[in-house]
Amino acid sequence: MSLIPTASQTVGPFFNFALTANPSLGILARAGARGERIRLAFRVIDGDGAPTPGDALIELWQADARGRYGHALDPRSGDADPNFHGFGRLETDAHGECVFETVKPGPVSDGGGAAQAPHINVTVLARGLLKPLYTRVYFAGEPANAHDAVLALVPEPRRATLLARPVAGQPDTWSLEIRLQGEAETVFFDV
Amino acid sequence: MREYPGTRPGSQPEYLHEAYRATIRRAPAQPPIRLPHTRSELTGPVYGHNPIGPADHDLTRHFAEPPQGQRIIVAGRVLDEDGRGVPNALVEVWQANAAGRYRHAVDTHPAPLDPNFLGAGRAVTDETGNYRFLTIRPGAYPWRNHHNAWRPAHIHFSLFGTAFVTRLVTQMYFPGDPLIPLDPILQSIPDQDARQRLVSQFDVSLTEPEWALGYRFDIVLRGRRATPFEEGAK
Ligand SMILES: [Fe+3]
Repeated sequence: MSLIPTASQTVGPFFNFALTANPSLGILARAGARGERIRLAFRVIDGDGAPTPGDALIELWQADARGRYGHALDPRSGDADPNFHGFGRLETDAHGECVFETVKPGPVSDGGGAAQAPHINVTVLARGLLKPLYTRVYFAGEPANAHDAVLALVPEPRRATLLARPVAGQPDTWSLEIRLQGEAETVFFDV
Repeated sequence: MREYPGTRPGSQPEYLHEAYRATIRRAPAQPPIRLPHTRSELTGPVYGHNPIGPADHDLTRHFAEPPQGQRIIVAGRVLDEDGRGVPNALVEVWQANAAGRYRHAVDTHPAPLDPNFLGAGRAVTDETGNYRFLTIRPGAYPWRNHHNAWRPAHIHFSLFGTAFVTRLVTQMYFPGDPLIPLDPILQSIPDQDARQRLVSQFDVSLTEPEWALGYRFDIVLRGRRATPFEEGAK
């Protein structure tokens, strides 16, 4: 039997009382989590450069500080950090912004070949998006980026759209703008 | 290597669908870059932030008094592409009240709020993929997409499935709704059969006498368990 996956529809503008009512969904690193704690700030803007005021949400899925996913299909999941939760979800505020509290992920091994550079998997859902957008966050200045197989698929001039950068004057804070459309449009992936 | 097959043409909407005006400034202009499936895409969210409560699936019991409206049962199965039930899958739903109003600060439709209805629920599928909600039938509501635009009655669904790539957010509609052919959001799906699968079916066997009408809505997530994807097993 071969069934066709159910069609996607927009999350709409009115999801927050259901999907993002719990602000603790923005905290991936609990007390005692290993690794380098960071705040990861996003801003989502549309093709006019306008923010997505309260009607977009961002989901994160990431490995812990040693590159282990807390999921049964990661053969090292038994060793994953019990104080780290790899999933997070926040709505963008009136300025199109949201901030996650997490740790910088470690390099992800695929059991063969070079490990992937530290990265966070991102899903964007919003009013006006009929299906999710998938992207990744990498970290500017990370030497492993030069050998990452996924970054290598991205034309060099567009790679910067995937790089979070440190925020001046705010220690341990990184930020990334997600531009849905237009100049310096973020690279999205067909997964 | 792609462990999850791609989607069949026409079965999913494109990002840009001009009749749904909000897509015009939000749909990316560049085509997405095809990604091989790595451990990052083959693993996926394990939702553990807050456990599901025993009454979370019953939207009619979130307050002391029952909500206004026609009580309904919405139930079905979550399946993979091989037709096998997906067990232990989180299903989140949200909807407008019987008058077509959301409990949301920005919903300004001048219809009454119902103090006894939140409109959000959660359930986890059983070992064979079944889920079940008790709620009230939502009302249609106007939106400003075009002149005299009304959304057909619908319930929003959110599911994670087994991997990062199986994420699904969709909407369930009701059979016979005259607004369905006029709705740019549902009509954004090119394939007629794929659109029809978002319309639930009235099911007398789900219906409970003297209590509630039953609607069946089955959901198919990406994934074929026939394909071995224990890539790291060794
Ligand atoms: Fe809605």
